[in-house]
Amino acid sequence: MSKDTFTLGGREFSSRFILGSGKYSMELIKAAVENAQAEIITLAVRRTNTRQGENILDYIPEHVTLLPNTSGARDAKEAVRIARMARELGCGDFVKVEIMRDSKYLLPDNVETIKATEQLAEEGFIVLPYMYPDLYAARDLVNAGAAAVMPLASPIGSNKGLATKEFIQILIDEIDLPIIVDAGIGRPSQACECMEMGAAAVMANTAIATAGNVAAMAGSFKDAINAGRAAYLAGLGRVLERGASASDPLTGFLRD
Amino acid sequence: MENDFFVDSDKLSGKALEKKHNLENDPSCRTDHMSYMEGMEQISPEIRQKVLGEMESYDYSQYTAADVRRALQNERCGVEDFKALLSPAAEPFLEEMAARAKRETSMHFGNTVYLFTPLYIANYCENYCIYCGFNCYNDINRKRLNADEIRKEMKIIADSGIEEILLLTGESPSMSDMKYIGEACKMAKEYFRNVGLEIYPVNSEDYHYLHECGADYVTVFQETYDSDKYETLHLMGHKRVFPYRFEAQERALMGGMRGVGFSALLGLADFRKDALASALHVYYLQRKYPQGEFSLSCPRLRPIINNDKINPLDVHERQLCQVLCAYRIFLPYVGITVSSREEKQFRDGIAKIAATKISAGVSTGIGDHEEKYTGESEEDTGDEQFEIADSRSFDQMYQDMESEGLQPVLNDYIYV
Repeated sequence: MSKDTFTLGGREFSSRFILGSGKYSMELIKAAVENAQAEIITLAVRRTNTRQGENILDYIPEHVTLLPNTSGARDAKEAVRIARMARELGCGDFVKVEIMRDSKYLLPDNVETIKATEQLAEEGFIVLPYMYPDLYAARDLVNAGAAAVMPLASPIGSNKGLATKEFIQILIDEIDLPIIVDAGIGRPSQACECMEMGAAAVMANTAIATAGNVAAMAGSFKDAINAGRAAYLAGLGRVLERGASASDPLTGFLRD
Repeated sequence: MENDFFVDSDKLSGKALEKKHNLENDPSCRTDHMSYMEGMEQISPEIRQKVLGEMESYDYSQYTAADVRRALQNERCGVEDFKALLSPAAEPFLEEMAARAKRETSMHFGNTVYLFTPLYIANYCENYCIYCGFNCYNDINRKRLNADEIRKEMKIIADSGIEEILLLTGESPSMSDMKYIGEACKMAKEYFRNVGLEIYPVNSEDYHYLHECGADYVTVFQETYDSDKYETLHLMGHKRVFPYRFEAQERALMGGMRGVGFSALLGLADFRKDALASALHVYYLQRKYPQGEFSLSCPRLRPIINNDKINPLDVHERQLCQVLCAYRIFLPYVGITVSSREEKQFRDGIAKIAATKISAGVSTGIGDHEEKYTGESEEDTGDEQFEIADSRSFDQMYQDMESEGLQPVLNDYIYV
């Protein structure tokens, strides 16, 4: 059986768990990365270059791909500037576009996100846009040059799980790019469900950062994601909508 | 019971003393606190009317334990729920409120706590606010730092590791004009990643100028939202104009500032009504400016130089905690700052429940960071605005927050 991997911007990844770093103690980041076996970790550009000896970059193992995000950007122009800063800081060419114009719910602005994606893709970035799961916006992101599409499951930090399940499923079915479910995943079972649906990967942060035991929860997410992926590859059994299935075919009376 | 705020200095001339007494005793000697002064920008009064309307009709004695229970069970805390949580009926539920507040804080901010320090660059003031140590009749050492002195202070603070600074002045547009403050912002931008301002309210075009100079956050304390009470506390100067002060945050957002901070000074008037109005001020402004970042602080009255009897009256630590928990449950996304007016034990405790931002290495005097940070100084300094209750250094605060299981954050901000 060939290795089960997915590709972003020409780079191959075998772990389907993307770890957010926003709410961690620095020491816990390392443990979380190890236990989750994550190969991609997000990083807010606005949190880099902090106190000497406390730089988040020092806590991230070398083999892990950094995914700097543009949090703090309120429009496409600001997102592009933050992405360029990330590149200058030595964070590489990957960038997760996050544009929010609402400080209460932190919902992404799809229109500005499409604009920023187009500009950054033109500048050679590998762009992973965080978006509200809308089919038209997702298609525009494909055309704009995105490397993947990252729809939200529910409001960021809410741990409420797959509130947008039906719409994410549409993206998975219709979009020919990896769909990475981002934001709102609150427990391993929800991450597992995303993978069963056919998502390429799942990102989580708050669910792990606010767990009683951060390292153990990171490991638990890894297991759930692997289980969900295996189930997807195995092909899920059917689910009956209602009633039972007759063991004799209803059309058995028909003659050849 | 009321505080006794009036103190006469021996150094005031007979004429000055007479004016002071007239202002204190004869309301007809004071200007109309609801009328804008010349040059003050007027914007839509819509938010002010909404907030004050809600505050005036708030009768907290009507809320019962059942209302509080319902509020705590409600997944989304609405305005009515918030009113119940601020009421005396909620006092027996403080532990439950703290648990809910802690959950909300954790969801929105994880275990992070932001550290910053204030830097007072001048203490000249043209207002007579009877409870404030900087008031123009109070006999204190006045000082305005020059550019070299500001740079020196900033360097000392930056060397300690602090990345976010809050620049403060007394309220004197003549001694601390826009250019002076703008230059201080430009300098601060060289040393710090985040520059906030707590200065006298200005027009939106001035906020725009200060934003261009590098400031991105404006905090204005309304002190009290009870305009009648406000009138009796702010007897002279531009601060006397209640609506202009109320609208400062909106003008700051119009001027391009990323975020704005709000506060009532608890102990001046009915604290439950002031807490309601402070939070509703944030709530309605966020609806109008959803891109803005918002924060609340919750200072209580403190003693000042020449009047050590000033105290926060009926706002004890339990009441303060109730207000902060109610803020967090109603507005889970806002930053909550806890001042060095509070003692270590309270600040450490509340940081685990609701607060997200704490000042460290604080001095409310002018030009005395060198002395406080290094123990060496030969220069004269300006007196402080109020007495602080938690004088922990930045390093000590950093260590203490870590040992409380929190993650100190020095910067989570980008200027674009």
